[in-house]
Amino acid sequence: MLGTGFPEESLQKGLAMRPHFIGVDAGSTDSGPTDLATGVCRYSEAAYRRDLKLLLAGAVENNIPLIIGSAGGAGGDKNVDWTKGLIEDIISQLNLSLKMAVIYSGQDKDWLKQKLAAGKIRLLENAPELTASVIDESITIVGMMGSEPIIEALNNGANVVLAGRATDTSIFASLPIMNGAHEGSAWHAAKILECGAAAVEHRPSPDCMFATIQGESFIIQAPNEALRCTPTSVAAHSLYENADPFKIIEPSGILDTTDSIYEAVNDKVVKVTGSKFEKSEKFTIKLEGTRLAGYQTIVVAGIRDPLILESLDKFLESCETSIKKRIKNTYPDLSEDDWKVHFRVYGRNGVMEKREPTPVIGHEVGLIIEATAQTQKLASSIASVARHQTLHVSVPGWFGFTSNIALPYGANDLVRGPVYEFNINAVVEPDPTDEMFKTFYFDYPKVESEVK
Amino acid sequence: MAKLREVCRLIRSKNAGPFELTFDIMFAEEKTYLEAKTLNYINRELFAQIYGVRLEDVKLYAYDPAISFKVTIPRLIVSGALGDSDVYGCQQFAPLANLEIPTGSIA
Repeated sequence: MLGTGFPEESLQKGLAMRPHFIGVDAGSTDSGPTDLATGVCRYSEAAYRRDLKLLLAGAVENNIPLIIGSAGGAGGDKNVDWTKGLIEDIISQLNLSLKMAVIYSGQDKDWLKQKLAAGKIRLLENAPELTASVIDESITIVGMMGSEPIIEALNNGANVVLAGRATDTSIFASLPIMNGAHEGSAWHAAKILECGAAAVEHRPSPDCMFATIQGESFIIQAPNEALRCTPTSVAAHSLYENADPFKIIEPSGILDTTDSIYEAVNDKVVKVTGSKFEKSEKFTIKLEGTRLAGYQTIVVAGIRDPLILESLDKFLESCETSIKKRIKNTYPDLSEDDWKVHFRVYGRNGVMEKREPTPVIGHEVGLIIEATAQTQKLASSIASVARHQTLHVSVPGWFGFTSNIALPYGANDLVRGPVYEFNINAVVEPDPTDEMFKTFYFDYPKVESEVK
Repeated sequence: MAKLREVCRLIRSKNAGPFELTFDIMFAEEKTYLEAKTLNYINRELFAQIYGVRLEDVKLYAYDPAISFKVTIPRLIVSGALGDSDVYGCQQFAPLANLEIPTGSIA
């Protein structure tokens, strides 16, 4: 993942093996909806710059393309523009000459609503309902591109392809497919490359990975000689972050690894044979969307009082009752749907919530009191009421005024700001004439060229 | 009886996209993996029960190339949405680690 660092030496060793291109995945939905909603990358700018600088210099020196997918943490248009700015800084700093293709994956809401009305959008498993108003209220909606726009950019002479949201695999499969490689091998090699050295036996820190496609098989190895690929470690990577270990769905078809054979070439290198790619009848693009869920303020606290812990559920219930009452007094016009207070109880079921099979508590619990509302001002106000009520609600067994929670911080309430949710899990079937991914070309130094 | 973690090199959970949670139960040795397949103690009912999901929502794959089982279930709350407690889904495997398993012929 771009921004997580890789040893410079590994990159140089990889480049010495004469690759046809460098690819790097730069984003995912893994860390939640915030990167996509805000356009702000969760990795630091300094870390992104460091990685980009090495990759750009390496690609230009070796006269091979650099392909970056899901730019800026999530591949939204803002994420892409931010990354583009960093790349341009580096280009002028290193005085590089190159052509960059920038592929945007942000989607037009009116077009999506037309597609929805025409029955050309299909919900995926466990998807929330999708209506025109869901589309309207979304902050960012992206389509996840496959290899097609990347191949087009490469065919148009781009040295750097900066892509918005893209399937992890398309970053690495595009150039081999463009050059006529076996599609099963290309897509499967791409699946292993997308997480860098994650497919080695033991990976102490992020590192590079190298694939060589040879007809119906491919060879996989890490340029860093300290890392070993084994048949099991390579096969195991097909499990990672995938619902089905045998099938990976792309816009144009499905990678099927059911019959793949993993063999050791030596103790560090693995050969994979027999992967298949089946073209789908319908070309579909996955959609990802985010919406604003509200604003939050939280309070971090701890409870050590054995009397409270003996009947913690009752304690929390009476907190909730008194919070409700107090808020009704303060805001008589507010409905109970306008705000939410959630207690997270660490030391009982903070990690698994309702799915915790053993909700047992020890001698203390950690508490996060989480207040959510439609404005930050209200969320903070609700949090302060919730904190104060929890602090002083009466505890059965004690007589007199109690103080129930240990607050580790003065100025107790932490403002979380706006919070977001993923709200779309669907695929759209574009017409051949629809242009979901708009590509712009830039020549450096300077001179902005044509728009496609 | 043994614990599942004693026959595995890794048990992990992670998001498979924001709407699904996936578990990898990666055995240390082929022998114990094949035994688990024969004894069928990693099954859909187990996950339906531990994670409180409908049986038809549990997808299970025996993945021979990595002597592993993969199980995928819906998330209770979408990753990062209000009320979610594990954005990456990475600590949800914990109840599996100490699961008592039949040891069959090894016992």
